[in-house]
Amino acid sequence: MTASLIIQVAIGGLLMGLIYALVAAGLSLIFGLMNIVNFAHGELLMVAMYAALLLHDHLHVGLLLQLPIVAALLFGVGVAIYRGLISRALGVRFNSGMVQIFITFGLSIFLVGLAQFMFGSDFRTLNDGAISTATVAWGQIVLPVSQIAAGGVCLLAFAALALISRTEFGRALEATREDRDAVALIGIDRDHIFSLGWGIGAATVGIAGVMLASFYYIAPSVGTSFAVIAYITVALGGFGSLLGALVAGLVVGLVEALTALFIDPSLKEIGIFALYVLVLMVRPRGLFGRQ
Amino acid sequence: MTGLSPEPLLHVSHLTAAYRGLRVLHGIDIEVAAGEIVAVMGANGAGKSTLLRAIAGQMPTGGAIRFAGTDLADLPAHRINRLGAVLVPEGRRLFGGLSVEDNLRLGAYARRGPDRFKPLDLVFELFPRLQERLKQRAETLSGGEQQMLAIGRALMTNPRLLMLDEPSQGIMPRLVDDIMDAVQRIRGLGVTILIVEQRLVETLSIADRAYVLQTGRVVMAGPAATIAANADVRRAYLGM
Ligand SMILES: Nc1ncnc2c1ncn2[C@@H]1O[C@H](COP(=O)(O)OP(=O)(O)O)[C@@H](O)[C@H]1O
Ligand SMILES: [Mg+2]
Repeated sequence: MTASLIIQVAIGGLLMGLIYALVAAGLSLIFGLMNIVNFAHGELLMVAMYAALLLHDHLHVGLLLQLPIVAALLFGVGVAIYRGLISRALGVRFNSGMVQIFITFGLSIFLVGLAQFMFGSDFRTLNDGAISTATVAWGQIVLPVSQIAAGGVCLLAFAALALISRTEFGRALEATREDRDAVALIGIDRDHIFSLGWGIGAATVGIAGVMLASFYYIAPSVGTSFAVIAYITVALGGFGSLLGALVAGLVVGLVEALTALFIDPSLKEIGIFALYVLVLMVRPRGLFGRQ
Repeated sequence: MTGLSPEPLLHVSHLTAAYRGLRVLHGIDIEVAAGEIVAVMGANGAGKSTLLRAIAGQMPTGGAIRFAGTDLADLPAHRINRLGAVLVPEGRRLFGGLSVEDNLRLGAYARRGPDRFKPLDLVFELFPRLQERLKQRAETLSGGEQQMLAIGRALMTNPRLLMLDEPSQGIMPRLVDDIMDAVQRIRGLGVTILIVEQRLVETLSIADRAYVLQTGRVVMAGPAATIAANADVRRAYLGM
């Protein structure tokens, strides 16, 4: 095993980690805002990937244009999920917590079924010509361009999220997170803030999905493993923390890649779970979590 | 009821309210004319906070509430706030993790127009301490400063009716006068005040009229001076 192979695998892991981080950021944003775990989060990623595939195959839309279109589409999906399902679950009188869990769980099952019905369960790939196959080499280290681009776009998305949190809307989001009943005292409609939160959370996953689709397989079940990793990433980084999601995503990506390299590719999840258990024991609120 | 101007700013009639089916307001009638300071007094548990919460749309009610010509029944709380009926609640409900400045500016979030941050000048004039603590997290303020911030945040919404629920609660006696002073100055700017207080003397000295609540009913109403002079009220509040 050469040093350049280790470096190459580590960088590849970090690039994948940026995707994990962005998926986790969307999940964390919604959880931080409302204390609701979106169990359909992985399926939103899957929807975004199929949307990118359809745009590419049927309308010949390139990657750069897929990004805003899919982000806008997922934003709408997020708002619709809040307005159509979550806000109703919040109004339920009995066992509202259970209803919230099962409503997104049910949604995830529905979306997987819908994708199977529409596209079958075959693995598909989005072959975007040069971008999909190009590589850059630096000495013996070879990396695919598509993954480097994905990492870059994820970082930009993080920068955008950080900017949003500094705007007046970001402050309103934070205020609603702190005390959802008090915002009405200053005329803020919390449903409005919640639906925008879901919209932004879903759009975030949309961006991750487009970039992932440029080099990863696409299948109805593809969201599941990403969702599990996202839950671990959020717990590791600290619930509701943007910086936490970024750092934790990178850590998870690195640990996964190095476990695969040094131990066995089929055991790569073991490394992540071991890390998760370690964090739960040593620092239960996660790396950057609030008390 | 005293004869007020044709249509009062706030007209509450036969108001009822309940917590989980247990009724705590049993048909309350209250009027507040534009420009008045009206006090609501009463022992703990009389229903004062519930009355303000009901007007602010924070709980389901029976009866009728008219504000500035609009029927408030069935309006969500944020809409009532945008109409100008603004509550500074018990416990203040500041956004503790946000800065003083963020709390104030959020008060204007739901308002539109280029002038929406203009009340900031007024808030700083009333409460210069807030200006000195702009970057401080709200939860690090003293009780008195938190109350000032809560009133300041409410002023940022540009209210027509300011409802204050025990603004003197949990603050140093020295600051109580400052708060009462500020309330009078706010009224001087044309904001109508409905204030709930336990402090009889200070409150009735700034109020025009007062209502006394007892177990969810109005048991006395009249000019503040009359209420202040009433032997029963003095006995109940001051033990005299
Ligand atoms: N959240 C609540 N749930 C149930 N009962 C409540 C609640 N808040 C107040 N009450 C009851 O309603 C009555 C009126 O309370 P409140 O309006 O807070 O009185 P006051 O403000 O005059 O002290 C009291 O009997 C109180 O116990
Ligand atoms: Mg009270």
